[in-house]
Amino acid sequence: MNLYEYMGKEIFRKYGIPVPDGYVTEKPSDTREYKKPVVVKSQILLGGRGKSGGIKFAKSQEDLKNSVRELLGSKIRGLQVTKVLVEDMINIKHEYYVSIALNRSERSPVLIASSAGGVEIEAVPQKDIFTRKIDTLLGYSDFIGREASKFMNLDKNLSSQFRDILGRLYKIFVEEDCELVEINPLVETAEGKLVAADAKIVMDNDSMFRHKEINITDPEKTPLELEAQSKGYAFVELDGQIGVIANGAGLTMATLDALTLHKGKPRNFLDLGGTDDVETVANAFDLVLKANPKAILINIFGGVTKGDTVANGIVMAKKRFNISKPIVVRLSGVHEEAGREILKQNGIESYPTMMEAIERVVKVAGVSQ
Amino acid sequence: MTVLVNKDTKVIVQGITGHQGSFHAGEMIKFGTKVVAGVTPGKGGTKFQDTVPIVDSVVDAMSFEPTATMISVPAHLVRDAAFEAIDQGIKLIYILTEHVPFHDSMDIVHEARQRGLTVIGPNGPGVTVPFECKIGIMPNQIFKQGDVAVASRSGTLTYEIVEAITRSGMGESAVIGLGGDPVVGMTYIDVLKLFEADDRTRKIVLVGEIGGNNEELAAKYIKEHVTKKVVAYITGRSAPPGKRMGHAGAIIEKGVGTAESKIKAFTDAGVQVAEYPVDVPKLLK
Repeated sequence: MNLYEYMGKEIFRKYGIPVPDGYVTEKPSDTREYKKPVVVKSQILLGGRGKSGGIKFAKSQEDLKNSVRELLGSKIRGLQVTKVLVEDMINIKHEYYVSIALNRSERSPVLIASSAGGVEIEAVPQKDIFTRKIDTLLGYSDFIGREASKFMNLDKNLSSQFRDILGRLYKIFVEEDCELVEINPLVETAEGKLVAADAKIVMDNDSMFRHKEINITDPEKTPLELEAQSKGYAFVELDGQIGVIANGAGLTMATLDALTLHKGKPRNFLDLGGTDDVETVANAFDLVLKANPKAILINIFGGVTKGDTVANGIVMAKKRFNISKPIVVRLSGVHEEAGREILKQNGIESYPTMMEAIERVVKVAGVSQ
Repeated sequence: MTVLVNKDTKVIVQGITGHQGSFHAGEMIKFGTKVVAGVTPGKGGTKFQDTVPIVDSVVDAMSFEPTATMISVPAHLVRDAAFEAIDQGIKLIYILTEHVPFHDSMDIVHEARQRGLTVIGPNGPGVTVPFECKIGIMPNQIFKQGDVAVASRSGTLTYEIVEAITRSGMGESAVIGLGGDPVVGMTYIDVLKLFEADDRTRKIVLVGEIGGNNEELAAKYIKEHVTKKVVAYITGRSAPPGKRMGHAGAIIEKGVGTAESKIKAFTDAGVQVAEYPVDVPKLLK
């Protein structure tokens, strides 16, 4: 789960990482009185907001009011701006980069730091990037900060501030269940202070039961994907014509791949998961039908999810949603015979193998070449 | 010698009275697995299926001398359950549960490794050596004893491939599901070492998917260290970047973890990659 910059900065503040003074506003009328130069930043969950005009600078009361009004109504890269962050301008002497992220193959956090901040880290040459695994049993310790400081040529004053920030950043990474905590840029001010000018925090979706206060709607999810999420289905919308329902993430992906190799483009990814509930099967059709596919393919390898349960769910869905579109079913594994018999009695075609079902559905959807 | 488990492996099930735990414990017993006890706090003194004793804690279960555990408890309780097993030094810890916070998984995996214990999962189907021992949720009827070892990150897709191998007339020496999460106990390299050392295994199948770079690391390892024949299947060729495809770990991020990259890495390492799951047995022949 991606946090908005202002939320990240609230967390930074709570953990003692220096951030510029500022406030969030949703209405132009809530803009506070102008006292000194400020920066007005759109709160959206996509990168590149500066280049897209989502950040404005204000040097007068007039400027400030106009900037807030303009940004609050605007759309940036298709996303409506509903909140802006108004922050004191800082005097930038230099910009650094620092982050702690999960490294999957090491199964450990990794510290990434660079003297070349303010640009995407992917654009920085490898030789200018300090990367170091953090042993979770040892946790963060000052020696790691000393190694990074030396690499970045930080003087004594900056290194001391930097190491203090690293310790707090690691604490956030662990205590807030983060996949990523990033400060870019970490600004060295003209006064010689390090300040987090931006905050990017990505939290682990599976940890949200420990962070109930945070609830953000993913802006990159479509309305149908959000509906599926609320109903407990793993669902992704795609741009093809064939609706797909399968069980298990790996098998569902393999089904999409096989369809694609057969020139039949999938309309969606829907993983039923391990279920033995007829309603769960039936309601999956509701979502797929809303995506308006030309045909629907069901690919089930029965185990926990049994063949007869799936068949009953399909029959129930066909009646409940009055489905006239072609349905092609592949049933294999536990109770496959019973399942196929139920389908046959209800005039729904089924196959024992995935390839037969794939070939058939591509044909009936009329998208084969 | 077999991979991780054999007919003498004594298994306990933490969460044996739960919906999943009880169903799969029953299936494991049918397969022939020695399930020596179940653990459910507060239900000690009762029995599972009138035969398997249920105890309140892993400490209490130690009198049955278990060397492996299956953990099937809700996600927020997994850390505690796994630490309980680690604390008692249980050699093999398999976690079935999905949606475990990865910070918990990181702690579990590193604490276990420190003590020389093995973690399988979370969020995978477990380990099976036909017909000696099954710990996990793989369907009993898809196996046949043979010389093909399979490692995968997913469940049903593994069954699909195992069944295809069995139908082709071959059989399996071991099947391991690593788990679909970004942080899991075993890597492909860990299992490749086990498969290479296993006398029964002559051929190896790696089933990979989008996300991370463990397949790429495996390909490099195979090129340098594995003498047995290896074939692969990679799923997620048609997945769009930035979207989580069901598994928490199945996501292409900033260009890392694409199917193309994994297929290329395997091909470069001399590992043939099947286009469809059913093609795997053809490549093994």
